[in-house]
Amino acid sequence: MAKIKTFDFDTLSNHAGQRPDKETGARAVPIYQTASYVFRDSDAGAAIFNIERGGHVYSRISNPTNAVLEERISALEGGVGAVATSSGQAAVFNTIATLVDQGGHIVSSYALYGGTHNLMEYTLPRFGITTTFVDPNDIEGFKKAIKPETRLIFGETVANPRTEVLNIPEISKIAHDNQIPLVIDSTTTTPYLMKPFALGADIVVHSATKFLSGHGTSMAGLIVDGGIFDWESTDKFPQMTEKYAGFHNLSFTEEFGPAAFISRVRNEASRDFGACLAPHSAFLVLNGIETLSVRMDKHISNTRQVVEYLDQHDMVEWVSHPDLKNHPNHELAKELLPKGSTAVFSFGIKGGREIGQVFIDRLDLFSNLANIGDAKSLVIHPASTTHQRMSVKDLEEAGISEGLIRLSIGIESVEDLIEDLEKGFKAAAKVS
Amino acid sequence: MYLEVDNNKTYIATGSKEHVDGNPTMSFVHGTGMDHTVWTLASRHFARYGLNILAVDLPAHGRSGGELKPTIEDMADWVVQALDAAGQESTIMVGHSMGSLVAFDVAARYPDRVTSLAMVGTSMPMPVGDLLLDNAEKDNHLAKEMINYWSHSTSAHLGGSQVPGIWMLGKLIRLLERSGPGVIYNDLLACEKYTEGIERSKNIQMPTLLILGEDDFMTPIKDAKALAETIPNSRTILIPNCGHAIVSEAPNDMLDALATLI
Ligand SMILES: Cc1ncc(COP(=O)(O)O)c(C=O)c1O
Repeated sequence: MAKIKTFDFDTLSNHAGQRPDKETGARAVPIYQTASYVFRDSDAGAAIFNIERGGHVYSRISNPTNAVLEERISALEGGVGAVATSSGQAAVFNTIATLVDQGGHIVSSYALYGGTHNLMEYTLPRFGITTTFVDPNDIEGFKKAIKPETRLIFGETVANPRTEVLNIPEISKIAHDNQIPLVIDSTTTTPYLMKPFALGADIVVHSATKFLSGHGTSMAGLIVDGGIFDWESTDKFPQMTEKYAGFHNLSFTEEFGPAAFISRVRNEASRDFGACLAPHSAFLVLNGIETLSVRMDKHISNTRQVVEYLDQHDMVEWVSHPDLKNHPNHELAKELLPKGSTAVFSFGIKGGREIGQVFIDRLDLFSNLANIGDAKSLVIHPASTTHQRMSVKDLEEAGISEGLIRLSIGIESVEDLIEDLEKGFKAAAKVS
Repeated sequence: MYLEVDNNKTYIATGSKEHVDGNPTMSFVHGTGMDHTVWTLASRHFARYGLNILAVDLPAHGRSGGELKPTIEDMADWVVQALDAAGQESTIMVGHSMGSLVAFDVAARYPDRVTSLAMVGTSMPMPVGDLLLDNAEKDNHLAKEMINYWSHSTSAHLGGSQVPGIWMLGKLIRLLERSGPGVIYNDLLACEKYTEGIERSKNIQMPTLLILGEDDFMTPIKDAKALAETIPNSRTILIPNCGHAIVSEAPNDMLDALATLI
């Protein structure tokens, strides 16, 4: 059968969203460091304000540099459009705030980044939004947790830090049987390793602070709309289907069809909550995305070798990585993540917390810090840092033990990385 | 709004504004497998100018019920029924692609109902390649991919949307995917079969505007220019760096062009 040859991933990651600047010919994406935009005339101004004409009014709502990033991530994910936010946390919040009203409910995998867990467990209840957390491997559990007021299912592609792989095809079926969307945090995998829309997800969020940017220089988040979910199949989403008094009685599904959700995000969440991305940060994330596939391949091949090394090490109690046959999602990862699953994973060091600290403190190349997805290798002890606000029970549920050490493998020489880890283990062995 | 047209529930977008008796009317007809949402910006714009907007979903498209109309003439007759149902005596007729043929046919056969005509991304005749027709007949997804692919200029394949943050190729394919079985084939065949058009050009005495994308692969501009020569009172506005999907690639340029009609 004939095929239509659209541009490939590596072409889109370098070009999508940008046409070289007409005035100057600038090849790089210009940084439009401006708060606002001069209107051609009063009528054009009124027209942009009222969504009659494409264009920019004020950088809280849209900005030309950010728009390049928004198109680029939409192209790479296969979505209809995107909105850039000031951080990944803002992307998660603005997505939830767009879809869930007071009294609403979320069903989420409990294998989550600590900040997302905190938002759902402690902060959103203050606004009347509650969450039921479910074991990501308990598919039936998702079904059982759904209530009449549930408005979305949430999960991470490959969870940070315990590397549970979410069964997006199965869980999306449960979501769709209940006329609710599946929202996927795709931070650790990026569109290079997995495209959640193709597997059944409806909305994708990213902390672009991580692999997309790749250099640990900027905070950034992205919300991408797959454009597939049928908001009109149910009366659960009046914010999408009914007239919105906050915008002259606009109905988003009637006027924007497949782009209803992302239009609502921009014209409500971006406008009213204000978590907009700085254009300079958008520029830095775009620079990162240009090399996404090359970096991810190196992250993944380095990770494979480090995982192998750790798996055979005397001082390692366990390694949790989907590449390993004993990982509960080993087969699922092969199916959903054929290019490789994740460069962020964890292992348990024999001797527990104190020994772990000696190990971490001895490392030179691995930086002990609260981030993942940098080109440089990173290490952290989650129980005392990123996940410290979780109760012992929640920690246990999330599989985060006292001796758990999280690594984010960078793109340095893998021989040097392994030598660094070996020094750490030698130091730890001396005190144990 | 929903109206009863031809005994079927029919959706007509009004640009988020209610009609005002006596105000002039502007009507929009979408292209193959699409719906009123391709006109959202223009509808909202001219509604603010006080025009009564009728951006129809053709039968069995978008939110409208009814059965597919197999020919351009049938669609044109139906549009006139929609005008009647909405109580609009005459209108500025705007159409894109297949919709441009429908708009043209309304203007040619019901000239007293049309005050001026705009044909966006058009040519006449509008032949359809066998490969596309064949895939459309089988309802293959590839047919939708082909339309999406050929509707956008090469530069639009890399984006650069006038509406911030929208990935044009992604949005149009999702819209086409919403069309029901047989819709694309019906519409393409209607375009292919509409060969009487040029004969009817002499009836088009009202001011007529052709809005063309310079890089249109679907309806090449040389064919559109040939059509323009047969219409006595016509003007052409050429949009540079733009393909067939003018509604998605250059909504602002289209708005400026349409504004010259009022
Ligand atoms: C999986 C995941 N989602 C969301 C976030 C939050 O993103 P940000 O730190 O950019 O606000 C993080 C940050 O660590 C993360 O790892």
